[in-house]
Amino acid sequence: MLYYVIQSNMIKKLLHLAALLIFTAVGTADAATNTIVLEGSTTVGPLAKSFATYFTKKYGVRVTVSESGSGNGAKSLINNTCTIAAMSRAMKEPEIAAAKKKGVNPLAHVVALDGLSIVVHPGNPISSLSKAQISSIYRGTITNWKEVGGPNARIVVIQRESNSGTQESFKELVTGKGVQITGNAETQSSNGAVKSRVSTTLSAIGYLGLGFVDHSVKTLAVNGILPSVKTVKNGTYKVTRPLYFYTNGQPSGLVRQFIDLPRTAAGKSMISELGFINQ
Amino acid sequence: MADDSVGGNNRTNAFVISARKRAIQKVSKTMGEGMLLAVASFVAIVVLFIFYFVARDAVPFFQLRGFSEFFTSSNWYPADQPGQFGALAIIYGSLMVTLGSAMIAVPMGVAAAICLSDILPFSIRQYAKPVIEMLAAIPSVAFGFFALVVLAPLLQNNGGPMLMWAWWILVSPFLVLGVLVVSDLLTNSIKDPQRRRQLYAFLLTVLGLIAVFLLYKVGTLLYGIQILTGTNALNVSIILSFMALPTIVSVSEDALQAVGRDIREGSYALGATRAETIIKTILPAASSGILAAVILGIMRALGETMVVWMASGNSSHSPEPWFNYLEAIRTLTATIAGDMGEADQVTGSARYHVLFAMGLLLLVISFISNLVSERIVVRQRKILSGQ
Repeated sequence: MLYYVIQSNMIKKLLHLAALLIFTAVGTADAATNTIVLEGSTTVGPLAKSFATYFTKKYGVRVTVSESGSGNGAKSLINNTCTIAAMSRAMKEPEIAAAKKKGVNPLAHVVALDGLSIVVHPGNPISSLSKAQISSIYRGTITNWKEVGGPNARIVVIQRESNSGTQESFKELVTGKGVQITGNAETQSSNGAVKSRVSTTLSAIGYLGLGFVDHSVKTLAVNGILPSVKTVKNGTYKVTRPLYFYTNGQPSGLVRQFIDLPRTAAGKSMISELGFINQ
Repeated sequence: MADDSVGGNNRTNAFVISARKRAIQKVSKTMGEGMLLAVASFVAIVVLFIFYFVARDAVPFFQLRGFSEFFTSSNWYPADQPGQFGALAIIYGSLMVTLGSAMIAVPMGVAAAICLSDILPFSIRQYAKPVIEMLAAIPSVAFGFFALVVLAPLLQNNGGPMLMWAWWILVSPFLVLGVLVVSDLLTNSIKDPQRRRQLYAFLLTVLGLIAVFLLYKVGTLLYGIQILTGTNALNVSIILSFMALPTIVSVSEDALQAVGRDIREGSYALGATRAETIIKTILPAASSGILAAVILGIMRALGETMVVWMASGNSSHSPEPWFNYLEAIRTLTATIAGDMGEADQVTGSARYHVLFAMGLLLLVISFISNLVSERIVVRQRKILSGQ
């Protein structure tokens, strides 16, 4: 739990900075191609880290992973400060335009699929909601659990911060893109923080990447279907999104091999071990 | 003989300085003064530069969006297309937690400082003060973690009883004191000692009963409160007050200590009790230092980011009703920290500059309050010195 909560943005940025400093101090002799800098989504984070450990062990290549949100990943790729941007949403039009203007050609590689799980406190009697109901809750038109058949208690809505890819994909998949989420919604800065809040707050609702769900929270069925490897893979669970690695143009050499990891047997087993779904 | 001649030599050398030595002295004096001036002005220049650079990036926001939306609307949707940048609720949230933490930390801090400087024996003070100051050494992430993982669930599960106990513990001493003082004041004018004693006893009983009723009634009211979300303004206010406490205690204790022994002894010599000496002599004499301590503490609370980002809930709406400390709020500092990640000149100009506008606002607020406190301190000093 400590690990999750301390993941908040600023620290990550500081750590990243420190890592960069150490790296530049120690490894100036290393050729640029011998290190891979990966930045972005906190959802892809665990996956990227496990890939990085594997890759370092196998090829002796240093891979630094920093989790600062998909938006930061995109920003770093545009500014050419990372090799790979991990993103839990597709790049937006303005981002691609900005990248093109700087001579960067962002190319998407799908890593895995992720079901966005809608979670509540284990003590909540509700076990299923329709997509429309969830959307109304987040837009603020439904504010009490009794309106969806639960106990008489105000709903504590928990969302992610604005540079989260999970937030973007949630909006795209559930509420619709241009919709404003209610101002009453609380904002947390990582999957772990959302889980920690939902698991301790009786009337809370939040959303997590499938890989982050455990017994401390209760996953809701959306339109009657629970997210699982099967339902995500065959598309019956609707709140599903791909997770991406973005590179500048077609990668080559070691970066290529890193990007292709999800298609190897070892990569596939890491993906399913962490609760994500192979495409 | 030898001693004499050496002494004589030294004496003449001390008074007759060669032109070369004088020049060196002059140069080193100017250099030394210049160095000190440079160091001193460096700090001032840094502040000015911060002001300049923050303002430089804040101005484009107001050029793009004007003033009215920022200060009057509560719709904070910076990531939308087109974005909305109403920061009223966020500004209000900042003021709310600052005020809340001041309400807890100032009475507690000043009381603790008085206790440390004038009531506790020296041997205890020696140990108590460093322990209080140690609070300042705890990193704010640790406070934030505590607020999120310990205090928030605690408030959700036992919020009502906790509020009731807090009310009883904090308010009952003041009520007892108030009852005593009010009945004393009301009976003061009666000359006949017999009648006076009777009325005093009567008033004491009546007011005491009212006070107990008040304690009980509000206590049960608070007991019934169910706190919906533990990451709220109250949680943040409590934690921030702990963070401001060491500053307030330490600086006001220094101010109280600076009031000389002569003043204390003068007061005792005139027949004043210890309470009278503290309230009527020492506190007024130290008031400017205490005020400085309070302002420093409040600034700490206003500028704190990590705790607020982790424990305030970050929901950009004004609580309803406006004094509801049990709702999640969002502050300026947390918004800057949280939204900086994606805000970029490339992908959205207003979205980037609005954060600097918030930074500028924070700077201006702390600048103004520093200025005001400075004025009050100067005026107080004038009054005390009898001018």
